Amino acid sequence: MQDKEKNLLLEVDALNISYKIKGDWIRAVSDFCMELKPGQIYGLVGESGSGKSTIAQALMRYLSANGRIDHGSILNFMGDDLTYANPAQMRSLWTQKIKFVPQNAGAALNPSMKIGKQMTEIVKHALNINGKEAQKLVIEMFNKVQLVDPEKVYERYPHELSGGMQQRVVIAMALITDPELLIMDEPTTGLDVTTEAVILDLVRNLIAERDTGVVYITHNLGVVAQLCERVLVLYAGEVMEDAAVNQLFSQAFHPYTIGLLNSIPRPGITKRDSLLQSIQGSPPSLRERKDACVFVDRCPFVIDKCHDIKPGLEKIADNRLVRCHRWEEIEAGELSFKTEEALTINHELNEQSETIMRVDEIAKHFPVQRSIQNALSGKEPPPIRAVDGINLSIRQGHTLGLVGESGSGKTTLSRVIIGLQERTSGKIELLGMDIRNTVRERSPDVLAKIQMVFQNPQNSLNPYLSVRQTIRRPLMKLRGLSRQEADREVLELLQAVNLRREYAARYPGELSGGEKQRVVIARAFASDPDLIICDEPVSALDVSVQSAVLNLLARLQDENGTSYLFISHDLAVVGYLADYLAVMYLGQLFEVGSAKELFNPPYHPYTEALVSAIPVASPEVRENRILLEGTVPSAQNVPSGCRFHTRCPRKIGAICEDEAPPWLGDGEGHFIRCHIPLDELRELQNPLTTETDSA
Amino acid sequence: MLRFLRRRAIFFIFTYILTSLMVFFMLRILPGDPARVIAGGREASEQQVQEIREEFGLDRPLPVQYLTWVTDFVRGDWGESVSFPGNSNRDLILQRTGNSMRLALVALALSIPISLLLGIIAGLTENKLPDSIISILTLSVVSLPEFVTGLFLINIVALRWQNNPIAEYFGWWFPSSSAVPANATFQEALPALWLPAIAATLVLLAYISRLTRAGVIEELKRDYVRTATLKGIPYRTVIFRHVLRNALLPTITVIAISISWLISGLVVIEFVFGYPGLGRLLIRAIELRDLPLTQAIIMVTVSIILVANLSADMIYAILNPRIKLE
Repeated sequence: MQDKEKNLLLEVDALNISYKIKGDWIRAVSDFCMELKPGQIYGLVGESGSGKSTIAQALMRYLSANGRIDHGSILNFMGDDLTYANPAQMRSLWTQKIKFVPQNAGAALNPSMKIGKQMTEIVKHALNINGKEAQKLVIEMFNKVQLVDPEKVYERYPHELSGGMQQRVVIAMALITDPELLIMDEPTTGLDVTTEAVILDLVRNLIAERDTGVVYITHNLGVVAQLCERVLVLYAGEVMEDAAVNQLFSQAFHPYTIGLLNSIPRPGITKRDSLLQSIQGSPPSLRERKDACVFVDRCPFVIDKCHDIKPGLEKIADNRLVRCHRWEEIEAGELSFKTEEALTINHELNEQSETIMRVDEIAKHFPVQRSIQNALSGKEPPPIRAVDGINLSIRQGHTLGLVGESGSGKTTLSRVIIGLQERTSGKIELLGMDIRNTVRERSPDVLAKIQMVFQNPQNSLNPYLSVRQTIRRPLMKLRGLSRQEADREVLELLQAVNLRREYAARYPGELSGGEKQRVVIARAFASDPDLIICDEPVSALDVSVQSAVLNLLARLQDENGTSYLFISHDLAVVGYLADYLAVMYLGQLFEVGSAKELFNPPYHPYTEALVSAIPVASPEVRENRILLEGTVPSAQNVPSGCRFHTRCPRKIGAICEDEAPPWLGDGEGHFIRCHIPLDELRELQNPLTTETDSA
Repeated sequence: MLRFLRRRAIFFIFTYILTSLMVFFMLRILPGDPARVIAGGREASEQQVQEIREEFGLDRPLPVQYLTWVTDFVRGDWGESVSFPGNSNRDLILQRTGNSMRLALVALALSIPISLLLGIIAGLTENKLPDSIISILTLSVVSLPEFVTGLFLINIVALRWQNNPIAEYFGWWFPSSSAVPANATFQEALPALWLPAIAATLVLLAYISRLTRAGVIEELKRDYVRTATLKGIPYRTVIFRHVLRNALLPTITVIAISISWLISGLVVIEFVFGYPGLGRLLIRAIELRDLPLTQAIIMVTVSIILVANLSADMIYAILNPRIKLE
């Protein structure tokens, strides 16, 4: 016993955390336990509201003022009980031994202090090193986290760095004191997949060099599979399952974990193959704790016992923990998820179907104000070329997926098409007719035909309008229905998006994120549009909710023959819903083709990097990733020749810098814009391993 | 920076033109004939009034009058005083402005440190006892108009204490009149200054301290404060090095802007205390329907407010690295 405790870095048992909300103590986390060894990366996975961030704060002993760790909890760090540690004791631990890497690095840095000063402050206080010595140490650390130009970064303010650089600075801050315990709270959320891949790689290498124990909090099972050794699944403040990563991903024992794993769209799987599994309903409110399993309302395997007796966290073979009455049946394979029937879209890609929209050489340049230097020399500064000559067409009933990193111009393109932004040049044709620049100039008919679903349902619904009023507006204004007709139609639309009639009277504040997005979708379909532009429609939603919304979009498209322009940074999500894909980089397209082909070689080197950066939710696929250096260059000074040459891992020489690459076609509608011939690319590139390939 | 200043300069010119137009025409719309007032009121004969009109150019078309006035004003020729014979309007205004500035400076020197301190304490102890006490105090002070606090101070302190042995001992602090001799040194003026200065301080105190409190509370919630705390550095370092600098940024702007607020407060305070400042001169000029003087005072006031606002913007930009004056 004594020995065992010695080599444990962190031992948490019976940890209960409560928050005081409107006078009542509400338990947010109950009976949490974990054991962390030095050098181990422990993943904590959960959706919003699962209590994962609360646990992170409790482990740091930095709960918000209305939170408390309840009596009886055990929180042992290197043999010391921290449950009742006072702030002074904690402060000395924070100085060196326990470090925290927060989610939003941009906000976590003091905006009015230079990066270097924020770093040396730690060195001075923790290691008692001053002056030039401290600066040297900081710059050394910057080199370790692979910051380009560390001396310059030292002199910068946080807002002058990109998101990826800020995240590296925050990681450097945590590692510079060589801590024993590192708590990382969603450190890559909000970053591009390419940047995320680089940061994960960096964390993995830096941790491997030392003996730091890491608690890694995330909502992304893919990241866990790629990075962690052990994983703990949280739901509604309770541990559902705890296992080694390999075990969990090969067979999960808890219905919630299984549901989560099944609801992730996997690269290469499309709506034509199968519907995504989703978990019905939404997480319980923490106020109403019952003597039942917390997952009881959403569990597909629920039995009477689940309602009456709360299952305990059972320790089973292989050092696994699971909280379910029926895990043995699941392990034995006696219970299986009812496979939702695949979508009845049996029609193959229909090359003959009508073209709904054609976008011809669209460009959107934002003028830049002249600076004093420019004014003196009489030079006009180059504009920001957010969108620079895009050709697209969308067929009726099909989905065109548009992918690219942030800064690629995909959102600007969507705003130009919908008419929220004036285009600089180019033509947009809807059903063979030219349409005007902006929403204000377009007729209601045109407005009715193109609708949009935005990323954040929170911000795209008016909080003072009920669901009925929200959906009624396009029905009356764009379709010219009377109020009675519109009200009837509202109910039908609600039914179509799987919301009960009662929801018509509710206000956005009373809806969950997934429900709000359903209302937004119902509103988009209200005017009976031909084209809906979906700009990251599921990226603000939890995984289990996300899959249900994707299924809904696929079904509605099939029923109504609507076309989608689907924009996302998540290749797996786009790949699931799209029939065709277009890859955008710095305002231009670099590859177009059918969605299936895009996940197989030959692909454009940029697409290859994007595909390889997806954190795949299976630990076996931890192969060599292609890591893109740096960030998307400024759209004001686009690189000469091929715009991707500054970051391209497959650059072949001067030709890439001097000449714009040609479009190479394979004769079957797949086009790549690259100097490397298709055959050569095919030989160089590995196919992505997906479930379908192995099956 | 140059670009910013240029844009600001253009903005200044337009503001000046607009305010001068408003001042000029609003004063013309007021009832009463300025020429008759100058000529001596009701008793003056029609002919005398007519002569005055011609002398002051009041018979010419309004646009012409406006242009003459503006060009004279810009050249620094603000005319001879009608109401205070023997003085030029400019000397009069500049001397009174000096007096008001003294009062304003003392008020600012008192109110800024006190209100910052109160605001910071209240912000750091949000919803706890010190915060509640400070909030109640400042709120009750702000709800009293300055003429009430002014009269209160005069009655309680100046009049009651006059015959009090303590007051007699500190006699220097309790002058029997608030008259400040022209060209008085600061020290000579101080006895007459401090009571009105306290009244003016109270005007600003509540305002600045409420804003400081809000700034501190808002900054404390930010992620970088957590980062700083979890660096393990002492609490006071977190507060002084990280929180206050960001929290006080908006307050600095507010202080500069509140100078314009202070000016309007001073009009009332100067009147109540009989203090010979710009505000009292303005009231007097309006009473006497002394148009040239009124116009000049208002234009001077506008200048002070504009300069205060400009310096607020510049200080803010210098202290905030996220803003580049482009």
